[in-house]
Amino acid sequence: MSSRSSSAEDVESRVDDSLLRELVSLLRDRRTELREEWVHRITDADLLNVMTPEEIFGEVTAVYDNYVDVLETGSVETLRAYARDLSERIIPRGVETDEVLGIVLLLRDVLARALFVHYVRDGELLNSIFNAYEPAANRIAVTVSVSFVEERERVIREQQEAIRELSTPVLQVRNQLLILPIIGVLDAERARQLTEQLLGAIQSSRAKVVVIDITGVGTIDQAVANHIFQAVEAAQLMGASAIITGLSAKIAQTIVELGVDLSMLTTAGDLQGGLEEAERILGLGATDAP
Amino acid sequence: MSGPVSILSRGDYLIASIQGDLSDAEVVEFRDDVAERLGSHDARGVVVEVAALDVIDSFVARALRSIAVTARLRGAETVIAGIQPEVAIAMVHFKLDLAPLRTALDLDDALELLQRSLYARANE
Amino acid sequence: MSEKVRVSIESDGDLIKARAAARELALQLGFSRTDATLIATAVSEVGRNIVVHVGKGELTMRSLHESSRYGLEVVAEDRGVGIRDIQAALDEGYAGRGGLGLGLPGARRLMDEFHLESDADRGTKVAMTKWRVRDELERLRARRRLRS
Repeated sequence: MSSRSSSAEDVESRVDDSLLRELVSLLRDRRTELREEWVHRITDADLLNVMTPEEIFGEVTAVYDNYVDVLETGSVETLRAYARDLSERIIPRGVETDEVLGIVLLLRDVLARALFVHYVRDGELLNSIFNAYEPAANRIAVTVSVSFVEERERVIREQQEAIRELSTPVLQVRNQLLILPIIGVLDAERARQLTEQLLGAIQSSRAKVVVIDITGVGTIDQAVANHIFQAVEAAQLMGASAIITGLSAKIAQTIVELGVDLSMLTTAGDLQGGLEEAERILGLGATDAP
Repeated sequence: MSGPVSILSRGDYLIASIQGDLSDAEVVEFRDDVAERLGSHDARGVVVEVAALDVIDSFVARALRSIAVTARLRGAETVIAGIQPEVAIAMVHFKLDLAPLRTALDLDDALELLQRSLYARANE
Repeated sequence: MSEKVRVSIESDGDLIKARAAARELALQLGFSRTDATLIATAVSEVGRNIVVHVGKGELTMRSLHESSRYGLEVVAEDRGVGIRDIQAALDEGYAGRGGLGLGLPGARRLMDEFHLESDADRGTKVAMTKWRVRDELERLRARRRLRS
């Protein structure tokens, strides 16, 4: 930056910079009392009520310091890192989005009032101080909220994934043998997930036999039967043979009526029978299976 | 031998690996090279290793079947190894049937399969 | 924000490019690896038809953006003499010249939408699309990005 800068903007931003430094040092000097006031406001507003007073104190100290740091450096990266860290800590505690936004805004207010009281006698200086403070404080509020929400969404996603996996578990019974119990509705989407999980499990556990139990499947129509066949065929392409169990007489009837050739499927009455058949196949050397 | 392929002898077996995506001409050349090596090496089994293929379409499937038929004519068994999960799903959707070709998870399983199969045959 | 990739098909080596481009575009659009593979396989089949039966043509792949779903559209065009018997070509088990078949039924099975136009004057055009649904979370995030 040239020492003989003449543009009004440069002058203004230099003034802003030095004002910013001034207000930052003010906020640091008065850290203890302002932090305490902030905590009062938080508890008055009944925010963070899932946390103990000690926890709140610990968090507000970290937030305060970070807030002032960001005012000073203007670094969004630091802010985002901080916001993510904060979110990761408090989301498991059950803190909601409105609370996070609420406490950040309360801090903004507490600091704004402190600045007001300090500079109120000099109207022009007060104006300049707020010109420096407001954009920075607002950016902090937006960034923290957005980061919090993004973190929430990430957690929700992970939970959804975990639920999905729980509902289609591929179990490794023993070496080279997997069981896939299918429960509930088997639509195209679930079948796709299920097949992908099955094939992934075959790969990672080097399974040679898969027992697919369909006792718990809702309705078996053409579409469902096709999904099951496709899973079986895909497993075979990866060197694993499949045994279908839980095929009640009624379902077998439906499948036959659909014109599907059952002879290419290895079936067994119930899961126990299926496991025994699997053991037999593994004993022979898996891929000699019919 | 052009393209990312390799054909190695390992005792009684031939290990033919496809190591990247091949053009149709390269697939044909691979198929023919395997056939030739089968003849000259008197191999009893061949493993075609396809783990590097992101796509197995009808052309590749036909070439694989062709290799197996040629191998059978020369008294050798074929095992296709290493079909990736996504590729397996695509092949099934497409109705690309590799039957009666035998398949295995990877090279090790394929060799084991060949071993067992040839042993069983020998003891019939 | 529509991405478009054009691959000129003049030899079977171009199919390698086409497969890779299809896969990459699909993954960029957020398709699963499985779906990306399905799309690349379909592209390989229709691309090969051009190489084998006409010798020269073009593959255009385009991303489609709708509020509740994203799509990948593949258009394979050539100026050949057209498919004489379209019905048969779309029929399973049709062997055609050289016993190869046109791989069209397979490609159709792999995709969600499939249109075929062919005549002796204008050549052949295959247009196929695969869709993927955008879930709630994804749509929320996109709206937010537009506003900021």
